Amino acid sequence: MTDYLSLQNISCGYGTMFNLKDISFSLDKGVFAGIIGPNGSGKTTLFRGISGELSIKTGSISLNKNDLKTMPPKEKACNLAIVTQFTDTMDITVEDYVLMGRLPYRNKYRFFETKEDIELANKYMKLTDVFKLKHKHMSQLSGGEQQLASIAKALTQEPNLLLLDEPTSHLDITHQIQILNLIQSLSSDLGITVLMIIHDLNLAGEYCDRLIMMNNGQIHIKGIPEEVLTYNVIEDVYKTIVITQINPLSKKPVIFPVSEKTLKKNRI
Amino acid sequence: MKNKYQSWILFLFISIILVLVAFTISLLIGGVDIFAKSLLDNNSIENDIVTKIRIPRAILAFSIGGALSLTGALLQGIYRNPLVEPYTLGISGGAAFGVAVCIVLGLHLSLGIFALPLSGFSGSLITIFLVYFLSIKNGGININRMLLIGVMISFVASSLMMFLMSISSTEDLHSIVFWIMGSLDEPNTSLVRIMLLSSIAGLIISYFFARPLNALRLGETKAQHLGINSTVTIRILFITASLLTGVCVSVAGIIGFVGLVIPHIIRLVIGSDYRIFLIGSYLGGSFFLLISDIIARTVISPNELPIGVITGIVGGVVFIIVLGKVKLKSKTA
Repeated sequence: MTDYLSLQNISCGYGTMFNLKDISFSLDKGVFAGIIGPNGSGKTTLFRGISGELSIKTGSISLNKNDLKTMPPKEKACNLAIVTQFTDTMDITVEDYVLMGRLPYRNKYRFFETKEDIELANKYMKLTDVFKLKHKHMSQLSGGEQQLASIAKALTQEPNLLLLDEPTSHLDITHQIQILNLIQSLSSDLGITVLMIIHDLNLAGEYCDRLIMMNNGQIHIKGIPEEVLTYNVIEDVYKTIVITQINPLSKKPVIFPVSEKTLKKNRI
Repeated sequence: MKNKYQSWILFLFISIILVLVAFTISLLIGGVDIFAKSLLDNNSIENDIVTKIRIPRAILAFSIGGALSLTGALLQGIYRNPLVEPYTLGISGGAAFGVAVCIVLGLHLSLGIFALPLSGFSGSLITIFLVYFLSIKNGGININRMLLIGVMISFVASSLMMFLMSISSTEDLHSIVFWIMGSLDEPNTSLVRIMLLSSIAGLIISYFFARPLNALRLGETKAQHLGINSTVTIRILFITASLLTGVCVSVAGIIGFVGLVIPHIIRLVIGSDYRIFLIGSYLGGSFFLLISDIIARTVISPNELPIGVITGIVGGVVFIIVLGKVKLKSKTA
């Protein structure tokens, strides 16, 4: 199936202040795509447009041929789940927290969780490795564990499209890799289409099937990592001199920053 | 999961028992102590005291305590701020101002018994609309703005009331002060009935929103991501909470702290899942106000203390103790 998620000529934004212009891209089912770009380039704005927090002024957006703009909120929540940058540090147990992902499926008059709700919550808590923490409070968890729990909550929504806003920022490398491995397996094994904002270009190149580079509210370039992560694109967008190489094992592009001192020494 | 429901049922069971015990005690204790066997005689004075004075009063304590606490629970859920209660939003300030106007103008003398509660209720209604419409900006409601406007309206109302008090006669001054301090002494049984009905209705309405309230614990945006229409939920619950407060304040005057302290303690005991938290807060508030009323009636018997004094002192002290305990616990854990 092609064009599972499809955005065409989207423009949206905050009135006169900042606007996205003419965003178009499409993704196949089960693709893991990364959105990269400098701070203030419109990555989060794009997410808000897709999730419906910001209304889309022009253009169309569809998921599996259903128009996302007109989809009622409840149905939307069954199709699309969002993991935000900021995790929730509430005084409720991990199990209760993850079960909240079932809310869009719950009838207004159903008071208790069904057996199915609990089974799904357990399944995804096991998948994200937080099952052993299920009786702990969210506030007692470490940053990485909280992020895993919020991914588990998003998965219990059983979404077709998963949006992640910098899920690995402020985490150590162990948790970064653990979470990215998990997300990669979600897209390749469960067929969930994933769209993730990420700042670390090396992680983006290593994990994502597709990359979308944003700059000044527009798409600068999109494609496979090898096409996007070239030194002239990065120097163009980030105004920083870098060197790109190939990871010997994965054959994916890797970026090396270069300090000013080194540059002077080598007289480049 | 079964454990969770089991503890809910246990909690509910204990709460109901406690409320029943407090209710019974409040019927038997007071200026005249009553022994159960004297009630068997239909014509005794004791029988009259219980059926005509104490039962309505206990019902009033039950419904007002429950309603105030429920309102606190709802508002704290909407604002995601544990310090919000009906009084923070200026609703009771508006009601008190309405009553002060009524007393100073002498409306309660010419219009009869309903004048005071009605003017209190209109005062709170006006405040609600002021807060609500002043908080609308760019078509949406800004929660923080709403909170700040509520606090400011509360200040304005209390200043206006002080102005009224400073120009009013000693007699009027006394009625205003007495009303502000709050009292559960309500001779009119239809007001008691209205209070009980609206209090239960408030509980039922809020239960339809237990699911959205649970999602709102994550914040407005994240609740929206879970398919909840946050704006509509907040709007309906705000109006429900405000009307409920308006009724309480008009019937019993200002009884502070119930809406702040009780939900807080209940949350510590049973957690913040609104499915149990709402009813827990209601029963907790009922229990607290029944006990406070018993204390108010007995401490300086045959006179009685204003109920607001008791709820303020008991509530505040218990709150500080509970918070201290929680801190210690988390340090040792």
